[in-house]
This record gives sequence, structure tokens and C-alpha cells, in this order.
Amino acid sequence: MSEPSASSGIDLHAQQVARFRLQDRFFHHTTQLFALVVLATLVGILVSLAIEAWPSLEEFGPAFLWTNVWSVPDDQYGALAAIYGTVVTSVLALLIAVPISFGIALFLTETCPLWLRRPLGTAIELLAGIPSIVYGIWGLFVFAPLFAEHIQPLLQYLLGDVPIIGSWFSGPPIGIGILTASLVLSMMVIPFIASVMRDVFETVPDVLKESAYGIGCTTWEVLRNIVLPYTRVGVIGGIMLGLGRALGETMAVTFVIGNANRIIPSLFAPGTSIASTLANEFGEADPGLHIASLFALGLVLFVITFIVLAISRWLISRSMGSEGL
Amino acid sequence: MFSLYARRVWINRVGIALSMVAMSLGLIGLMWILWTLFSKGFAALSLDLFTQDTPAPGSEGGGLRNAIVGSGLILLFSMLIATPVGILAGIYLAEYGRISKFASFTRFMTDIMLSAPSIVIGLFVYALFVATTGGFSGWAGSLALALIAIPVVVRTTENMLKLVQTSLREAAFAVGAPRWQVSLKVTLRAVKSGVVTGVLLAMARITGETAPLLFTALNNQFFSANMSEPMGNLPVVIFQFALSPYDNWISLAWGGALLIAFLVLAVNIGVRVVFRQKDKR
Amino acid sequence: MSDQATISSQETALQVRNLSFYYGDFKGLSNINMDIARNKVTAFIGPSGCGKSTLLRTFNRMYDLYPGQRAEGEILFNGKNLLDKKQDVNLVRAKIGMVFQKPTPFPMTIYENIAFGVRLYERLSKSAMDDRVEWALKKAALWEEVKDKLQQNGLSLSGGQQQRLCIARAVAVKPDVVLLDEPTSALDPISTAKIEELIYELKNEYTIAIVTHNMQQAARISDYTAFMYLGELIEMGDTDQLFLKPKIKQTEDYITGRFG
Repeated sequence: MSEPSASSGIDLHAQQVARFRLQDRFFHHTTQLFALVVLATLVGILVSLAIEAWPSLEEFGPAFLWTNVWSVPDDQYGALAAIYGTVVTSVLALLIAVPISFGIALFLTETCPLWLRRPLGTAIELLAGIPSIVYGIWGLFVFAPLFAEHIQPLLQYLLGDVPIIGSWFSGPPIGIGILTASLVLSMMVIPFIASVMRDVFETVPDVLKESAYGIGCTTWEVLRNIVLPYTRVGVIGGIMLGLGRALGETMAVTFVIGNANRIIPSLFAPGTSIASTLANEFGEADPGLHIASLFALGLVLFVITFIVLAISRWLISRSMGSEGL
Repeated sequence: MFSLYARRVWINRVGIALSMVAMSLGLIGLMWILWTLFSKGFAALSLDLFTQDTPAPGSEGGGLRNAIVGSGLILLFSMLIATPVGILAGIYLAEYGRISKFASFTRFMTDIMLSAPSIVIGLFVYALFVATTGGFSGWAGSLALALIAIPVVVRTTENMLKLVQTSLREAAFAVGAPRWQVSLKVTLRAVKSGVVTGVLLAMARITGETAPLLFTALNNQFFSANMSEPMGNLPVVIFQFALSPYDNWISLAWGGALLIAFLVLAVNIGVRVVFRQKDKR
Repeated sequence: MSDQATISSQETALQVRNLSFYYGDFKGLSNINMDIARNKVTAFIGPSGCGKSTLLRTFNRMYDLYPGQRAEGEILFNGKNLLDKKQDVNLVRAKIGMVFQKPTPFPMTIYENIAFGVRLYERLSKSAMDDRVEWALKKAALWEEVKDKLQQNGLSLSGGQQQRLCIARAVAVKPDVVLLDEPTSALDPISTAKIEELIYELKNEYTIAIVTHNMQQAARISDYTAFMYLGELIEMGDTDQLFLKPKIKQTEDYITGRFG
């Protein structure tokens, strides 16, 4: 057995140490290079979309954004109808999804019995895991017919004669359209918003809640006066995250929005969104202005979602400490 | 005094009740979708689904063999790209994230890419790859899906590495190990199962992605294992068949949707069960 | 206050000179001067937050891992200043081993736990490595318990065994100095007794510096004891003398349990 030799000076391993230093530098740069892939993708998306969209941007200028025309035969393109459909469906989806997500987060953090928290939380997360194309065909084959048969007539009966908002519910109840797309979208974004809300609600220190309960507050009052003010920033971040998701969602919307490239004020009417226009037309687009305009749509979508998501991540990370989700 | 108290209690009850309604709505949505999937999907399940290729317009029967194989290949190669890239980038963020501004910036951008619209990734790969090499191909599809999976792998890897006790890292440094050995041989190994979970979840995430494949892998009605050609794949087949006028196509679309959803849910539930058992130990 | 810390006529392993330490703006150690005697056990005691662990972690520059932490002054080891920016930290750590409060077996086999550190700086044949692993495990009084399960994961051992594995790992690379940071605070009394016995054995070949919150432990195993308070070295000297006849009032108050 080897007995330890009396230790020599500190420079015994100098050569090996120099090698390690080199390896560490290599390790640093290699991993950094791979981290760069993500950044390169982001920059690459912006640059390549801008290049491909250039002919269209040159032809139509900034008016592309607010022109309500999309005509392949005339080779005239404007993004307004698609932007309108994208924004309206996403905002409607949020109007539906936010209160429900809030309720779910409240239930999961405050009222749910402990043993149920995990399974129910998992169920909501599973809802987020279901591929969007499944939402799409479910919306088209199951939800839309039901919606046309029962809910749309009911909405028309109840609200159709009310001034102003009555026109939102006019038109034939065909099932597919802006409102249906919003409803399916809301279902898709609920799990995202709900889980961010749940996570930020859980960051509220127990002592804070306990001291409120201690002076006799009800659960609801603790939530309104303690939890919500404390987590306001994160809650808004969660909503923005849902908005970012909704804006860019493709398949679920494409199936049920009706794909009509024009603006009709009724929510029952078919419309289109940026993503669904891309999904429908890109594969068979003519080279030239048509495909360039589709790239321009993609660029618009990417820029909008990028801004929304950047704000969202910034708010969430501010509210959860520097690590984010 | 009493009436004020009664009012507060009443408001509280309504609030709680509404939260339960919201939770039930979420659960009903999940159940409804699953029930639809299983009832319509099971009707389409048969041996033919796995042994026959997608049928031509107007012909009877048919299966999804070409699409299943195509999806499998595209997924395999996209994970072969995304796993090493994602893990190494995740290591970078975990090792150097605290000290470097560049790393924090990268982390922020990765978070944005996590939720970026997948159809735009498809456009990007089309412009970068399909338009320049002159054709739709399985490779293009794999690349597009890999770009979507990478941020997922990056962030789960980083989060897992951050869970490692500082004393374990310090102990590895304390024997004089260089950073790369501490990182790869000690900390990464300590969270191996967590990193594998992240890779599986990333795979589940891209299994059902349709939009980025529309302009990259396209579709192929015939069986092909050639990654350099357009390739059949489940999501695009589901998209095209569901919107078709043929009953057997629509039925196949449901069968495909069930397969995909089953795989995704199995992975999601599987990793949770495995993790919970680990927690208990 | 700093003069009494110098141990005259003893061969010293580490000489600490005017050492101050900062966590960002907070001063964790101020102007520490002391000698750590070769092949002796030196214990650091004091109430929590007094800087005893911080001091230990300057000896192998563990603080280097964390931005914002820095040390000023000198720590001389074989005539060289460890705190010198040019001094390679890996080299320092190869010669000055450390064992932590909680056992930290690496996620690999028992054999590999030992071999990992050895392999970093030495190229040994398979049989030489086998011998080294056996030697280290015997040093840590663990060989008899694990000789039949060297290929099992290090995490499968009990807490006390894990801690002895960590000591074996530190010893295996043949360091000059072994730093022990409250090595028994997470262990049961029987495991603690075994580790203390081990420390007593090891001092024949190694210089040992141990941080402990347990004054009896310091009294039992150390040759010299340093009492620290609020980031300063209050008193250092021969262990028996320090416990029986402390020169400074604060030390006396602490060891008699009047504060801390």
C-alpha cells in the first residue's frame, strides 16, 4: 500500500492546474456558445422575417398595418383584418379567462383541502399540456355545433335587442366565428394564467395572512386586502403571459374562427387572425407580394408578442424574486 | 354591528363559491375534452391505424403508419438537437448566471422564447432552411421543433441545477476540482433525473406542435423514412384530415389526436408520479 | 489584542496576517492575526455569526465562488500568500481539504467518491488507485464497514458513515491541512464520538482546523483554541489554558455560559 510521501511544495500540481484553467475557459466558452443559440434564434427570427417581408413593406409602407384589404387576385394586402381578429379574440379570451383563472388560483391556494391540492393542481397543468390541435378539433366538432344550437340563439334572445351591444350578437348562429375562437382560446390560456397566479399567491408570507386572519378577516377579505395588493405585479404578469400565448396561438383558432379575411362587427361572424391566416395561406402562397405580406404578418405578430411577453416576464420576475418561473 | 358582520360573511361565501365554480369549470373543460378524445378516438383505433398509410382522397379505410413513423423520426432528431444544446445552455445559466449580465439577459430572452408563437418559428425555419435548400423536409421540421424545445430544456436544466445544495458544489470545489468537472461530474449528476424530466416535458411540448411543421416538414401521403424529403407527421395529418369532407379521414384525425394526447398526458403524469415517489424517499 | 495569537517556537502551517473579510459592504472579519500550528488541531469557537466559519472559508478561498465577497490581508502557506490574486485556487484547495457541516457525498459510488479527487492531480494505475482508496478509507476508519460495497452509491451510507467518507475523500488527495466546518453538528452522539476519535488520529499527519459550536468538543479534541466574537479574534491560546484560565473577560463569559 502506498504511504503518503511527505508533502512537497504548493507547486507540485502546477502543470495540472494550468491544464484545468484552460479546460475551464473552454467550458465557459462552449456553454456560452450554446446559450447564444437561443439569442441567435431570436435575432434570426427578427432579421429573416424582416428580409422576407421587405418587398411587402416597401410596397405598402406602414399603411400595411391599418389597411383593411387582403386580396390575392388584386395583389393588395393590408394587415388590419388579421390584427383586428387577433386582438379581439385575445382580449375576449382574457376577459373570460382572467376571472376563472383567478377563481382557480384562489381555490387552490386558500380553500382547497390539502389532500386535493396536488391532484387538482395537476389537472389544471394537464389542461396546459393538451396540444392545441386537440383543442382545435374539439372546438370544431364538439363545441361549435353545441354553441350554434343552444348558446348563440340564447345570447341573441337575451342581448340581441339591447342597443349597441346587440349588434355584437347579430348574424346567423353558425357556431364558428370570433366569439367561438375566443372561448376556445380562453380555455387554452386559463391554465397558464392560473398557475402563475397560484405561484405568486404562494409567495405571500404566512405571517402576513395570519395577522389579517388574526384580526377577524374572512378568506375573501384576506385575499382582497392582503394577497392581491401584495401580488399585484405578478398577477398582471400572469395575465400578460396569457395574452402573449393567446395572440400567437394558431391551431385552436384556425379551426374555429371561420377564416374570413374581413372585419365584421358581429362577434358571431367569421374572422381571421394573423396566425390562422399564416396557417391557411402560407403553404399555397404565390411568390412575390403575397408571400412577402404573409412574412410581414408574421413579423407583426412576433413583435407584438415579444413586447407583451417581455413585459410579462419582467413583471413576473419582479414579483417572484430574480428567478422568474 | 351584526348586519355588517353578516354582510361580510355573505360576501365571503359568495367569493368562495365562485372560486369553486371556476375550479369546476376548469375540471369540466378537461373532462369534456378527454371524454371527447377517448370516445371519438377509440372508435378510430384499430390495427389498420398502425399498419396502413394515409388513404388517398375518396378511398376507403387507411391508417396513420407513415404519419406515426414520420412524427417519431422528426421528434427523435429534434430532441437529439435540443437535448445537448438545452442542457449545455442551462449549465451556462446556472454556472455563470449569477455573475454575468450576459447570462441574465439570455435567461430573460429564453423565458420569452418559451412562449413565443410557434408558427413564427415555422416561418423562420422556412426562410432559413426550406427556401434556401429548395425544399420541405423532415430535417426542417426537426429543426423547427428543436428551436421550440430548447428553451424548455434550458430552463428546467437551470432550475434543477439551482436546487443542488451549495455545500455539495462547495465540496467538489474543495477537493480542487475545476469548474467543468464540478458542473458535469457532480452537480449535473446529482440532478440527473430532474434534467431527464425536463427533456421529456420538452418532448411532450413539441409532440403536438402543428403550426411549425406546416411550412417545414409539410406532409407526405406516402411512407418515407427519408429525412431529406417532405415527411408525413401526425399533427399536420390531423389538421388536414379534420378539415376534409371524408368521414374516414375525419375518423383518422380523431385517432391521431388520441395518440398524440395520450403520449403527452402519459409523459406529463408519468414524470409527476416518479417525482412524487422521489420526494417521499 | 492580536499579539497573543502568535504561537511562538511552533512550526506553523498557516500564518494569518491582518486579515479582513467583506460580504459586500458588511465587514465579516476585521484584522485577524493568528498562526495555525502544523500537525495540531486548532479549534474555532464563538457564538453563531462571530465569523469562525467565514475565517475557515478564507483558508481555501471558498468565498471566491461568490461575487461580492472579498478578503484583504495575507494568509501565508508555505511562504506564499493564498489570497494573492495570482494564486490558483484549485491548487490551494488540492493542498487544503475541507469537510462540511452536512455530509456531502458526491452522487457516485463510494469508490469513485474517493478516486474523483485523487484522479484530478495524480495519474495512478488501477491497483495503485485501489490501494489509495483502501488507504484513505482506513484513515477515516470506514474501510471495515464499506469494503464489500465499494460500488454502491455514496448516498446509501448512514449520515455518520457519509461524513467519514467525506473525511476519507479529503484525506485521499494527501493535503497538508484539513478544514472541518462543524463536521459533527448534523450527527448523532455515537457518530460524533467516532469522528472525534478520527480527528485525534489524523493530527499526526495533518494540520487540522475545526469550527465547532460545541465547547466541550473543542476542549476534548483541540490543542489550540481561538475564541471569536463579532468578526474579531478575542483570544487564542493553548486549549487547556484558554478554558481554565482565560485572559480576557469576554472569553471567560462565553465559556462559562454567561452569553452566546
